[in-house]
Amino acid sequence: MTTALSEEEEALVVTHEVVEVRPSSRKRLITGAALVVTGLVIFLAWGIGARNGDAAFQVSQFGDRWQIGNLRFPGGAVAMIMGVVVVLLGVGQLVRGYTKSQMRWVVAATLLLFILAFLAWAGTGSPQNPISLSGLVQNSITASIPYVLGALAGIVCERSGVINIAIEGQMLVGAFAGAMFASSADSLGIGLAAAMLGGALIGILLAVFAIRYIVNQVVLGVVLNTFALGLTNLGFHAIMSGEKNAAKYNAGATLGPIKIPLLGDLPVIGQALFNVNIIVYITYGLIVVIDVGLFRTRWGLRTRAVGEHPKAADTVGIKVNRIRYRNVVIGGLIAGLAGAALTIGGSGQFNANISSGKGFIALAAVIFGRWSPRGAIAAALLFGFTDQLQITLGIVGTPVQIPSAFLSMAPYVATVIAVAGLVGRVQAPAADGEPYVKG
Amino acid sequence: MTATLAKGPPADDSPTPPERINPPWWRRALDGYLYGNQFVVTLLSFLCALVFGAFLIALADQPTRSALGYFFQAPSDTFSRAWTAISAGYSALFRGSIFNTDSLYSNGGVPLFDPLSNTLVNAAPLILGGLAVAVAFRAGLFNIGVQGQLIMGAICAGYVGFKWHLPAGIHLIVALLAGILGGAIWGGIVGLLKAKTGAHEVITTIMLNYVAFYFLGYLLTLKGFQAPNSTEATTSPIDSTARLPNLFQHVHSGLIIAVVAAVGCWWLLSRSTLGFSIKAIGQNPFAARTAGMKVERGYITVMIIAGALAGLVGCSQVLGTRQVLTQDVDAGFGFDAITVALLGRGSPIGTVLAGLLFGAFRAGGVTMGAQTTTPPDVVSVMEPVMVLFIAAPALIRGIFRLRASQGGGGGAAALAKGWNG
Amino acid sequence: MKLELRAITKRFGSLTANDAVDLVVEPGEIHALLGENGAGKSTLMNVLYGLYQPDEGQILIDDKPTTFAGPGDAMAAGIGMVHQHFMLIPVFTVTENVMLGHEQINPLGFLARRRARRGVAEISRRYGLDVPPDALVGDLPVGVQQRVEILKALSRDAELLVLDEPTAVLTPQETQELITVMRALRDGGTSIVFISHKLHEVREIADRITVIRRGKVVGSPEPSASSGDLAALMVGRPVQLVVDKTPASPAETVLEVRELSIISPQGVVLVDSVSFDVHAGEIYAIAGVQGNGQTEVTEALVGLVIPTSGEIVIEGRRVTTLTTDEVLELGVGYVPEDRLHDGLVGSFSVAENLVLDMYDKPPFASRGSLNLDEIDRNADLRVQEFDVRTPSAQASAGTLSGGNQQKVVLARELSRPLKLLIVAQPTRGLDVGSMEFVHRRIVEERDKGTAVVLVSTELDEVLGLADRIAVMYRGKIAGEVPPGTPAEQIGLLMAGSSAQDAAADAPTSDTGTGNPETGEAV
Repeated sequence: MTTALSEEEEALVVTHEVVEVRPSSRKRLITGAALVVTGLVIFLAWGIGARNGDAAFQVSQFGDRWQIGNLRFPGGAVAMIMGVVVVLLGVGQLVRGYTKSQMRWVVAATLLLFILAFLAWAGTGSPQNPISLSGLVQNSITASIPYVLGALAGIVCERSGVINIAIEGQMLVGAFAGAMFASSADSLGIGLAAAMLGGALIGILLAVFAIRYIVNQVVLGVVLNTFALGLTNLGFHAIMSGEKNAAKYNAGATLGPIKIPLLGDLPVIGQALFNVNIIVYITYGLIVVIDVGLFRTRWGLRTRAVGEHPKAADTVGIKVNRIRYRNVVIGGLIAGLAGAALTIGGSGQFNANISSGKGFIALAAVIFGRWSPRGAIAAALLFGFTDQLQITLGIVGTPVQIPSAFLSMAPYVATVIAVAGLVGRVQAPAADGEPYVKG
Repeated sequence: MTATLAKGPPADDSPTPPERINPPWWRRALDGYLYGNQFVVTLLSFLCALVFGAFLIALADQPTRSALGYFFQAPSDTFSRAWTAISAGYSALFRGSIFNTDSLYSNGGVPLFDPLSNTLVNAAPLILGGLAVAVAFRAGLFNIGVQGQLIMGAICAGYVGFKWHLPAGIHLIVALLAGILGGAIWGGIVGLLKAKTGAHEVITTIMLNYVAFYFLGYLLTLKGFQAPNSTEATTSPIDSTARLPNLFQHVHSGLIIAVVAAVGCWWLLSRSTLGFSIKAIGQNPFAARTAGMKVERGYITVMIIAGALAGLVGCSQVLGTRQVLTQDVDAGFGFDAITVALLGRGSPIGTVLAGLLFGAFRAGGVTMGAQTTTPPDVVSVMEPVMVLFIAAPALIRGIFRLRASQGGGGGAAALAKGWNG
Repeated sequence: MKLELRAITKRFGSLTANDAVDLVVEPGEIHALLGENGAGKSTLMNVLYGLYQPDEGQILIDDKPTTFAGPGDAMAAGIGMVHQHFMLIPVFTVTENVMLGHEQINPLGFLARRRARRGVAEISRRYGLDVPPDALVGDLPVGVQQRVEILKALSRDAELLVLDEPTAVLTPQETQELITVMRALRDGGTSIVFISHKLHEVREIADRITVIRRGKVVGSPEPSASSGDLAALMVGRPVQLVVDKTPASPAETVLEVRELSIISPQGVVLVDSVSFDVHAGEIYAIAGVQGNGQTEVTEALVGLVIPTSGEIVIEGRRVTTLTTDEVLELGVGYVPEDRLHDGLVGSFSVAENLVLDMYDKPPFASRGSLNLDEIDRNADLRVQEFDVRTPSAQASAGTLSGGNQQKVVLARELSRPLKLLIVAQPTRGLDVGSMEFVHRRIVEERDKGTAVVLVSTELDEVLGLADRIAVMYRGKIAGEVPPGTPAEQIGLLMAGSSAQDAAADAPTSDTGTGNPETGEAV
């Protein structure tokens, strides 16, 4: 955003002398060693540990318009090369150390290589049973959508200065309302609207208690999650239990996919991205609107101002709490949509605690992505990818059984590592969580 | 030489607060009653939660709902059916948690103290878990990680309990210590991360909850852990030598542990030097550091203590109530602990009382689910509703037209700040 | 624009912050509002700016009664305000800060950044306010940030500008630049309300002066009135602020600082190889504009910050890497510059705050257990000795006034036997009575033979108390001068000239325009 400063402007900026900071030698050694170890793991586990033969990936699905043959390469060798690359990156850090911006790329590259090498390992040696690339992408997208939406909900809310731990609760109520109204009104459109309003209901509670009654927002979020869980459990047991009730209130209608001509026929990504239900398309729209909106529109400028320094915003005539109310409720609507993706956008029926921590993974994506829409979406996609690996690997059968529990843990562990600052300091909007009281 | 009038820059022109005089106790009590002090606010919040719960019971009731369909033809139908459902629900809640009149009339019926026993069995882990949250609160840390800590405690205690066959007496003590250790390590990680890297404890505790949960799931598929010849995710039962002895009825000695822990926390927070520094760190870490206290060490210490208390919840579950380790060992105590601590406003005595109340809710909820058509989930909605009201005393005052109390605080509202603080 | 405030009254609970205040600002004049800390100046201006609603009274603009529901209304009426604490968003650029609240939109609905940037450049040129439009505000020095604040107001076509204590954070040179800007604005027809408690500045630039004391207007003296008259009017009694002080009799060296450097994690050199000695029985003052490394030096002295390099020696012992409690244990007392933030736990009682750094030592504790009786006894003693005005020792420290809070911190630090006392900004925000008290106690402590390090941004305080004066600029000690040095010379050092230059540039007698600060009190 900031363009380069002219020389004369530079003179106005510098006050203190600044020396370039390379990471302290201790920190450099630790991160360098961590990279080398990661590289060795890739080399040994995914490279040497691979079965003999080629890794096979299926590019086209049966019935695709354009058929492309399977992709084959010696998986073990490729993984070994990737391992060596990561080791070299680590050696680079040990020897001279990277600057902060370089380090970010190094970490991203390492992560990517780790995943690719892992896939090469998993796909090696069972040519009759190749990993379906389009399936991989499709499952990842499906699994990611609730995370992406939940994360966007969190960003809209937190950028305006209200902490949203209640994404989970908003999703849950959204999922419940979506399933119930879609079923009882026999209309998916009404279900969709009800899901968003359900999420917004928790959003309104969050807004009123956080802004009007100045309740600590972290406490509030936790309590609202408990409330939403209790409420949907009650609704589920009181309204949806029994065959007759279930048929009426939890019939399990789902949104069908809508195929975009031509784009939907693209290999690998066509099915996954352009033959999907309406919620996914809305998600695309929201991603663009929020990313552009936050940085290039009046709404975004004011939202960020209110989240960083509400008093400054107030002194230029911005209604701080009005913006916060609005953003929290918008966040609730979006999180409600994320809930809809779990019921009417997914399996159809509501189940007790159907979100089972997905809202917290969305929160993790917000933090992992440092409160920026792009970062959060990248994190959400990563988390969605690890989610579906359980299914994919189950089909393919890996050389060594990977307990699904460890894959389930991955997003949570990754987030702990992220907030612990191993990938740089995480900084929230300055006034996030601080109520604004005039005078 | 002279110094002049010029004074430092960023002093706010804020008005000096008027001096206050401490009124006599009877005046305070009267004011408290009239204007809403913490006790009155708590009581009124309880009332509001009951009213809210009544609405839910009515809405959850099938006959009431169908009567609602023709409300304008015969409104009395709705009200009478709702009243039936509500009175049945709440009397079941009372019968299940405090006193069952049946026990007076029939010999073969419910034993006299059965309901109270159920309440106490549920209260013990709630009190321990509540303390784990409350102690951390005092250091300014919001410990949402009781769930994970209790699972780790349960894993350690359970493993010692069914795997090591030690002599009676020693076995229980070793199992308890293992449980404490498991929880303390899981809590200590949070404190360590907070101290060394500034990682926000709310985030790390949430994440570690899930890590512990999936870790337990993984262990329960392992050979050494899963009960032999069982297809279910459960361990073998705990050795009788490692079980918490029964006190009376089915109340096990977890209750004693809870009471001892509460007294210990009270001493820690109001009489010990460690507690003094913990509170100072919680209220103003900068001033604490300037006064020479070791803030980082304080965070680690308090999270170890909190984790240990949560580990005891795991012990109480595995060695006392369940006597076996399963995936659902948490039984919701991890999150209920938070509401208990909030209701108890972070004080040990308050936590004990809140633990008893929610223990009664739990016990009564079971009876409600069994004997009426109302699902017990009503209770789990009433708990957060009550805490919401308590956290927003202004709302309660607004509903009941009370004047603002003098210094009556928002309790939980004053705790943990935003992500950056 | 003509502004008139009629009988404005604003109450906070039982306290009347403004009591029927009248104020008339004519078009194109610089009107100074003079008053002590806590006199109600800022409250009045917040009422004017729509941040507070007055309980009684009227605001008239060009003789028409107006009400402001919020700052938006005030701005629309042509009132701009430069707050004491800048209302700027550090992570926004200058342009974004200026455009915020009255953003222009291009036809596609996006922010019209380029147009806004041109606007900033335009106003910047017209008034000679030099700002870099694309720099992040957080990276700018305070002087430039203030220009951004002024620019922000001007970009909204402000015809009346309120400047709340604008010179508090500026170097003397930056102050001169600001005065030039203010004069240019006035000559262009803008009215200016200038809030200050610095007499010489007020006398230098104000066209008219209104003095308020305890929420009431107490007079409208001419700018030509003597400093003594202004001071007496402001404080409400003849002011005699001479610190009774005999010449120091320095004894052995207590503190040695050698080549101390502190570099922030971002690589900013905060303290740049600073060396000095402090002897028993003398007050060594470190002067300088806020943010030139003084704070970091004091924090390093008590172990709150680990220096990047260099050495700190107390009574022959290296203490560079000791923790804070170990340093305090050696007999070091520390009064931090921000007492509510660092000196006190606001929600703790006065009694608890009085033992905050001794709570775990006898007689206040034994074997990990607090001795509450002893803590209370200590509290009663100190409250009496230091005349802390508090309803009881059990009242929470946060409810006390600033002066009484400072007394609590001072009482705590002075209740231990000290070898070295470090005090930072000891009278910031205090009323005159508390100031006198604090100064007296510091001198008394010196006379007991304690080495004292005083850090202050207030030149007057430094000149009044110090036995030796060092001036810090950009992390370095720009020069060390004896106590009788003229204020102008120190001012030049504060702005970064070297000691020799400063001595050469400074006027040797009081031929300068302003009254030297030292002569201001009567």
